[in-house]
Amino acid sequence: MIPLQLVAITLVGLGGLAVVTTRDPLRQVLVLGLYGLALAVLFVVFQAPDVAISELVVSSVAAPFIFLAALAKLRGRRRE
Amino acid sequence: MSFLPYALAAWLFFVGLYGIVTSRHFVHLVICLGVTQSSTYVLLLAIGYRTGKKAPIFTSGVPVKVGAVDPVVQALTLTDIVVGVTVAALLLALVIEIWKRAGTVDPDELRRNRT
Amino acid sequence: MSRTARLALFAGSGLVLAALLVWGLTGLPAFGDFQGEYGWILNDVAGSERHVTNVVSAIVFDYRGFDTLGEEFILFAAVMAVALLLREARDERERPRDEVRSEAVRAVGLSLVGPTVVLGLFVIAHGYLTPGGGFQGGIPTAAGLLLIYAAGRYRAYRAASPQWLLDAAEGVGVAAIVAVGIAALLAGGLFLENVVDLGTKGTLASSGTIAILNTATGLAVTAAVVLLCHEFIEEVMYPE
Repeated sequence: MIPLQLVAITLVGLGGLAVVTTRDPLRQVLVLGLYGLALAVLFVVFQAPDVAISELVVSSVAAPFIFLAALAKLRGRRRE
Repeated sequence: MSFLPYALAAWLFFVGLYGIVTSRHFVHLVICLGVTQSSTYVLLLAIGYRTGKKAPIFTSGVPVKVGAVDPVVQALTLTDIVVGVTVAALLLALVIEIWKRAGTVDPDELRRNRT
Repeated sequence: MSRTARLALFAGSGLVLAALLVWGLTGLPAFGDFQGEYGWILNDVAGSERHVTNVVSAIVFDYRGFDTLGEEFILFAAVMAVALLLREARDERERPRDEVRSEAVRAVGLSLVGPTVVLGLFVIAHGYLTPGGGFQGGIPTAAGLLLIYAAGRYRAYRAASPQWLLDAAEGVGVAAIVAVGIAALLAGGLFLENVVDLGTKGTLASSGTIAILNTATGLAVTAAVVLLCHEFIEEVMYPE
């Protein structure tokens, strides 16, 4: 195992813990983005560039957009 | 030491599961489910890795006989990441519906309101 | 069930599950020492058999194309379900006004639309040559279209991605994969068999049906992401 893999594994392990223990969903979306970035790095050092690109575009574009839009909706007025 | 990537997969699985069990907000729950899901990506790619081998991309100049890491697990993983985000969107749509009907996104409060 | 009872149940069942998981994981090949024959063989033959340089794309769209068809159906079903749930009787007569007043946000946002879409199309188009493909490239392409909305041009965003076009693109993208499969049957091959001329390896005109399925997937993913994000945008814009 090369040192870079050790670093990436540590980052992802801590990142996963950080995502789960962040209880405020709005902050959690930001932490999730960083976690996705760490996962993409891990996939690169596992020699899987296709998967890394997939993770990168999902966690930096699609997931934040959808989660933030849903949270914006949940903050709005509600039909009684 | 060579067990570490598998331990990471197990760790992510249980951390995500813990988040789901203790969640007080449905959006938080959906994100924790994503962490659990990502443990399967780590597990698959860790299995398919071969020490010293490169990615399965053979552009001109790379002799095929060098070999590469396992491409099958990568194909499995990359489609699931993209499909996974659309399924997360479906779960969020259900969360919005729950919120419209019950007025809460807390699983515990939802149960109290029902009884 | 109270929170403490739930945690106790999780601790108990989690321990059993963890024991099973560790037992299973110790039976796996050591990290970096995987000897799966299927992957070895595909790495050796995909280049000459399918004229591709990215073996992963060849597996996604050819060797395991049938599995990808299943994934596409999940994608399609998820998008349809979101539309069914959220696209209810929304009163869309009152068009929302553009709320972004900052010229800087508009200028930067709109100037990024072109490069983002081109990047997405580039990633899709080179899927069977370099890392990338329909699944990965579809998301930046969709992001480019959504940037028009983010830059505060709601009307321009709707003009660039009208509802009928998105619905049609999503349907056509998924249906094209089934159509390619059936066409292969009609040509005397197996379902989704690569029956088209394979072209020159290493160029865009290569890999036969992989290129077609890759493009169809790019279309389906682009439309899916824009459709999903659009439903959520509409939910935010029209409060209950």
